[in-house]
Amino acid sequence: MSRLVEYLLRRLGFYALAAWVAITLNFLIPRLMPGDPAQIMFARFKGEMNPVAIAALRETFGLTDAPMWMQYLSYLEHLFRGDMGISVSYFPEPVVNVIATGLSWSIFLAGTALIISFLLGTALGALAAWRRGGLLDSVAPPLLSLLGAFPYFWMAMLALFLFGFGLGWFPLWHAYPEGTSPGLNLPFLAGALYHAALPAATIVIASLGGWMLAMRNTMVGVLGSDYITYARARGLSPRRVLIRYAARNALLPNITGFGMAFGFVLGGALLTEIIFSYPGQGYLLIQAVRAQDYPLMQGLFLTITLAVLGANWLVDIVTLMLDPRTRR
Amino acid sequence: MNFGTLFKQLISNRKARAGLVIVGLFVLVSLIGPWAVQDPTAFTAMPHQLPSTEHWLGTTGQGQDVLAQTVAGTRVTLAVGFATGFLVVLFGALVGGTAGYLGGRTDDLLSLLINVFLVMPGLPLMVVIAAWLPPGPLTLLAVLVLTGWAWNARVLRAQTLALAKSDFVHAAKVSGESSLRIVTVEILPNMLSLMTSSFIGATIYAIGAQVGLEFLGLGDISKVTWGTNLYWASNDSALLLGSWWIFVPTGFCIALLGFGLTLINFGVDEIANPRLATESRWARQLRADATDDGSTPVVAGWVP
Repeated sequence: MSRLVEYLLRRLGFYALAAWVAITLNFLIPRLMPGDPAQIMFARFKGEMNPVAIAALRETFGLTDAPMWMQYLSYLEHLFRGDMGISVSYFPEPVVNVIATGLSWSIFLAGTALIISFLLGTALGALAAWRRGGLLDSVAPPLLSLLGAFPYFWMAMLALFLFGFGLGWFPLWHAYPEGTSPGLNLPFLAGALYHAALPAATIVIASLGGWMLAMRNTMVGVLGSDYITYARARGLSPRRVLIRYAARNALLPNITGFGMAFGFVLGGALLTEIIFSYPGQGYLLIQAVRAQDYPLMQGLFLTITLAVLGANWLVDIVTLMLDPRTRR
Repeated sequence: MNFGTLFKQLISNRKARAGLVIVGLFVLVSLIGPWAVQDPTAFTAMPHQLPSTEHWLGTTGQGQDVLAQTVAGTRVTLAVGFATGFLVVLFGALVGGTAGYLGGRTDDLLSLLINVFLVMPGLPLMVVIAAWLPPGPLTLLAVLVLTGWAWNARVLRAQTLALAKSDFVHAAKVSGESSLRIVTVEILPNMLSLMTSSFIGATIYAIGAQVGLEFLGLGDISKVTWGTNLYWASNDSALLLGSWWIFVPTGFCIALLGFGLTLINFGVDEIANPRLATESRWARQLRADATDDGSTPVVAGWVP
């Protein structure tokens, strides 16, 4: 048991280190760039904010005349209090509030797409390995790799063009219909699902191949092992052998990949959100870039990175519970 | 093995030859194309014109020729792609090779650095850095190398580690060869095919990510590249006006180039491991599983 705790703590230490690197990069990037970061960062505030408020904001980012290490400490202190400054484009809303609304939409879209893609891809991969050389096994992998050769956002644009604009089956933008109010009411929930359908479908199509191939390959290895032959020899039903004996053991590497995939989807969904004007983190990020809203941009980078690190740690825990071998 | 023999073998490999022809065509277009077409930025006709005999691929939302833009855009896109591929492998080989060859504390430290960069989501980092730097191809190059080196470093570290433990390296060490000579004469030649396929993989990544960043408006939007073409297509509401011909050609070019590069990589794999040539691609993966060492597979990079 103590080894288990030690392992988890070691992983936690690693993610804490990664988080520290991200936080420090967030501090260093504006300072390493050409030009005066304070000038660039607050140029847009001129005329909108009084000098006192600007001074407070400078304090938040540590952009004072103090020596570098004091700037760094001041930045860390504000960060730990959850103070990421004030957004320019959503003035005078604090960055933290803007991010909070975006984060829930991102997690909803990316999470749904990831779970569908994971379940569907894993199931298809298991089936492809079960009927090796069959129709599914010979048609799906090359087809999906071909689709993977096109840039993801380009496919998303095409999907929006064909199904949103051309055929009019799906809405062109936003996360829920106008006129409904966010909350637990049927029109809003149904509308939210309807709006998420096409963006989520493009993510699923783009990521399905990876899950399928990974599952198929592990599954083929598992199917060749002795205990499967033994299970078959005992006369167990093929269905039982497939699900309870083979798929269950082949699932593990896919679950390990889940944490990383969450990072890619949350990061990669930036493009989805931008194309479908879906009001998540990615859409906010590109709005922030276009509006030169540096406080919001920095805050978004940090939240996305921390979310990804957290997801990876959760997956480490889940893997530990599922696979006794990692407990050693 | 040196580059000469590798190239000769690539030419005689069917898949690699097809890939080389495709990539070669794009390189040719990038070199002479811009002189063969009209000025890509000139406003030559009415905006949003369907493909016609005059404008083979139609016109953009600003009345520029789509064909000319696609051809002219090849140059910067390819240059940045190949340069990034080269630098990513160079950087990856330096860090990964040092870690794998020296081992011990150095390895622990460098591996930690590699893993930290691997776990951080690349796209948001790219966006933030690109937003602070002045836009342009050099900025993209720097951003792509910074976010892309870790994967190659990890792969090349593993290979160096395996080679450093091999008998012939031990023999070289015992016979008193210098470290520099062992690395350049014993280890590097054996990593050539891996480094070539890493270079090609990194180039594919660089082209996709570069086009993606430019599409987001983080490139120099006054330059004509594949990414800025798509940026302007989206900016001029090509989607909402139904002008599919503005963004479809660029997408196909990217996919075709990626396909060509992948074909070369299949060839490199077959040369490095001659048994593969007689097997189908899927059979190869089966065998890879049979010899699986139980290490954890990870998703191979974000594919935009």
